[in-house]
Amino acid sequence: MNSTTVRWFWFASPQTFFPLAGTIARWCAAGAALLAVAGLYVGLVAAPTDAQQGEVYRIIFIHVPAAWMSMFIYLVMAGWAAVGLAFNTRLSFMMAQALAPTGALFTFIALWTGSLWGRPTWGTYWVWDARLTSELILLFLYLGFMALHAAIDEPRRADRASALLAIVGAVNVPIIYYSVQWWNTLHQGASVSMTRAPSMAATMLTGMLLMALAFWLYSIAAVLVRVRCMIRERE
Amino acid sequence: MSHGFFIWASYGVTFAALALEVVFLFRRVRRCERAGPSRRIE
Repeated sequence: MNSTTVRWFWFASPQTFFPLAGTIARWCAAGAALLAVAGLYVGLVAAPTDAQQGEVYRIIFIHVPAAWMSMFIYLVMAGWAAVGLAFNTRLSFMMAQALAPTGALFTFIALWTGSLWGRPTWGTYWVWDARLTSELILLFLYLGFMALHAAIDEPRRADRASALLAIVGAVNVPIIYYSVQWWNTLHQGASVSMTRAPSMAATMLTGMLLMALAFWLYSIAAVLVRVRCMIRERE
Repeated sequence: MSHGFFIWASYGVTFAALALEVVFLFRRVRRCERAGPSRRIE
């Protein structure tokens, strides 16, 4: 076993991780606040009015980053759940459990803001479109994960049962992502892609990326604060 | 309804929801700190 491997297991100890999580959470919270202020300025003030949608397109500055976070957090949660099942590490299960409320919150925000964007743009708050329906299923998966964990009294059994649900539910994330390509949906395709040049103005893209970074740092801070509470409660 | 309603309902509910999560987190942190290191339950 080399020194790098030992280091990973050293950080897997809740007692070692506790002070480190506190320091990271503080820095991430400060970064999230700064980036959110910058993102809101760019999104609500600096970005120009859209030629087709008018002012209502400004909802995408929170809708798109929230939708990204909802899927990303689920994958991270399923990843921690898999690590917990494979190595039987308490901290991995706690991380998975701590991610669920924040992931559910971002899924709700994505659905809520999408619905409010859809009314003036599509003429309806909701359609049973593949993208919208699979995102709604994601919200139910988060809620199911939390409900299952809360329903089982013995913590280790609750960890294992909910971890299995998280891993099985991960199949829904590629379905959400590719739904706009696989099915004929009302929802448009990806706004930003790694493989092609952005189709929006640079200011709009900047605002969206700033908000995405702010949500990302906020999630790290919230999850680490929650996991510190879990360590105090369970250890 | 004007576009302003949809924009402010989106931003308002989003930041209210995030603020609510922060409030609940702080309450939980305070509760944990008051209770101190608890018995090992696993």
